[in-house]
Amino acid sequence: MAVIVTKECIGCGACVSVCPFGAIAMQDGKAVIGDACTACGACVDTCPVGAIVREQEVKEVAMDKTAYKDVWVYIEVAEGKPRNVGLELLGEGRKLADAMGQKLAGVLIGENVEGLAKEAFAAGADKVYLVEGPEYKHYSTDAYTIAVTDLIAAYKPSVILLGATNDGRDLGPRVACRIGTGLTADCTGLGIDEQTGLVAWTRPAFGGNIMATILCPDHRPQMGTVRPKVFKKPEPDYGRTGELIRVASKVKPEDIRSKLVEVIKVCTTSCNLEEAEIIVSGGRGLGKPENFCLVENLADALGGAVGASRAAVDAGWKPALHQVGQTGKTVGPKIYFACGISGAIQHLAGMSSSDIVIAVNKDPDAPIFKVADYGIVGDVCEVLPILTEEFKKIKQAG
Amino acid sequence: MEFVVCIKQVPDTTEVKIDPVTNTLIRQGVPSIVNPFDKNALEAALQLKEKHGGKVTVISMGPPQAKDALKECLAMGADAAVLISDRAFGGADTLATSYTLAAAIQKLGQFDVILCGKQAIDGDTAQVGPEIAEHLGVVQVTYAAKIDIDGDKIRVEREHEDGYEVIEVKAPVLITTVKSINEPRYPTVRGTMKANRAEIPVLTLQDLAVKEQRLGLKGSPTQVRKIFTPKQRVQGVLIQKDTAREAVAELIQKLAEAKVV
Repeated sequence: MAVIVTKECIGCGACVSVCPFGAIAMQDGKAVIGDACTACGACVDTCPVGAIVREQEVKEVAMDKTAYKDVWVYIEVAEGKPRNVGLELLGEGRKLADAMGQKLAGVLIGENVEGLAKEAFAAGADKVYLVEGPEYKHYSTDAYTIAVTDLIAAYKPSVILLGATNDGRDLGPRVACRIGTGLTADCTGLGIDEQTGLVAWTRPAFGGNIMATILCPDHRPQMGTVRPKVFKKPEPDYGRTGELIRVASKVKPEDIRSKLVEVIKVCTTSCNLEEAEIIVSGGRGLGKPENFCLVENLADALGGAVGASRAAVDAGWKPALHQVGQTGKTVGPKIYFACGISGAIQHLAGMSSSDIVIAVNKDPDAPIFKVADYGIVGDVCEVLPILTEEFKKIKQAG
Repeated sequence: MEFVVCIKQVPDTTEVKIDPVTNTLIRQGVPSIVNPFDKNALEAALQLKEKHGGKVTVISMGPPQAKDALKECLAMGADAAVLISDRAFGGADTLATSYTLAAAIQKLGQFDVILCGKQAIDGDTAQVGPEIAEHLGVVQVTYAAKIDIDGDKIRVEREHEDGYEVIEVKAPVLITTVKSINEPRYPTVRGTMKANRAEIPVLTLQDLAVKEQRLGLKGSPTQVRKIFTPKQRVQGVLIQKDTAREAVAELIQKLAEAKVV
């Protein structure tokens, strides 16, 4: 499918500015579509005279799509527990499966993880595919790719959802590439496209400046990684049961070409920003590294994680794992506190999908206030201890 | 050791603005830069080469103007740069892009370590690196925050949600790098002058052993259905009081009213 300009083009140039890829130029009074075109159709919708059209192309490789059924959710296991994002996706996968009239299955891979199947059933799964063995004790690209691609070959799902965690984004592309199908990265919205019945994957691009909805029309399974915390974890219903399908592992030791030598745990909850409900972030406005404890105290009082601006990380006040922003982590908690952070666009790109933003900064013109739901103009080192004290009181009262 | 670094020329997305009237991207005046994470990958390659010897080749798939990005990499110290460019490659998603880049790497010949930035700041997919590794059939380590080579062992500290994993692999390997791995060097004046004179060879469709139906838009399983601008956040309540205590009291009251606490 390509987008072409017909002779009806009046040369108005409206399409040039709407193209998110800068692929359209005017030549001799007509629009010309260049190499960077991805056939997104933004210009098709904009052209006032209908001169830009989608050209249907006959696909050379057609696969039997009807053989592929069911919605799968890959359940990532960390320290013997399913990561929240897996359960969140089972909740959302349930809706997709119901809308498609198909079943929902969880994919559980690990060592001694059979006991987690009941969590998947409680979260809405009809089936669980279980692959167990000592070779899956820790995540490895090679072993897990073989396990998932073998499952796909044998049971042919129509849709696979994975959490957009570091491991999920390591595994997803490897599996999609081996199967030869499409994968949409780091989605923040899922739905069914009305015209085609396909999964409509919505994701931010261009540093969060635009959103794109993506389809995978001719390949199966349709795959996507989905950002943690976008969907709510369903209330577990332990009365639900389902079918447990044990699948033998085919992985041989020599298949695994990487060796995990050591796991260095730098932090526990305080730097798991991706899954945190509340994040308290600090920036250069704190004045000196010792003052970062004010941020940590508030996070502690709220049971939240600790974030940092790039400036604070570059100054060596916090390790890079805490960095929120374009070159750090992208987060979307329920409440985000920005303390002494001016709000450079790079920082905003990493946190603007938070539900509520509370900012404290002494400069009333700081850009962070433009995106904050609540802002306090004041010295962050004075405000934070009082804020911590007040939240502690509320917690004790509640 | 032979190092190959894959880079992408991207619009500086922090300079991208939304036209408030038409609600579309304003691309005019947005500078093209080397994807920042790719500079970390190049710096990592240069440091490893300085320590262990070898050659650093930078490749990029893109339109002819991506040569500018490659020249910047030469100025930083890369030994060679190759552009992969052809109309047939245009409109590619991650699968078709990685297929093309993998074919180009094979064409270049021997490689030990392929380095990529963890993701590009325009697409943010983080998929092309692992997919190149899969096409080439080599092991991958993503999100590298440290790389050491000791004999035939390559030791990588891989960033994880809760800390780091230390992973050992052997070449050939593909590694993607995070920002904290290093601080990319600036090009020297001499390097820049030399890079400006350099002729950058271009690999086109004819040069690669590829199937045409797997390239570009045609070879892309995913299709963009629509593009829209997200809801912009609007400024909320700004509290300015004489004392911090008053300000906090007002904030708590407002949060209570909104049932946040």
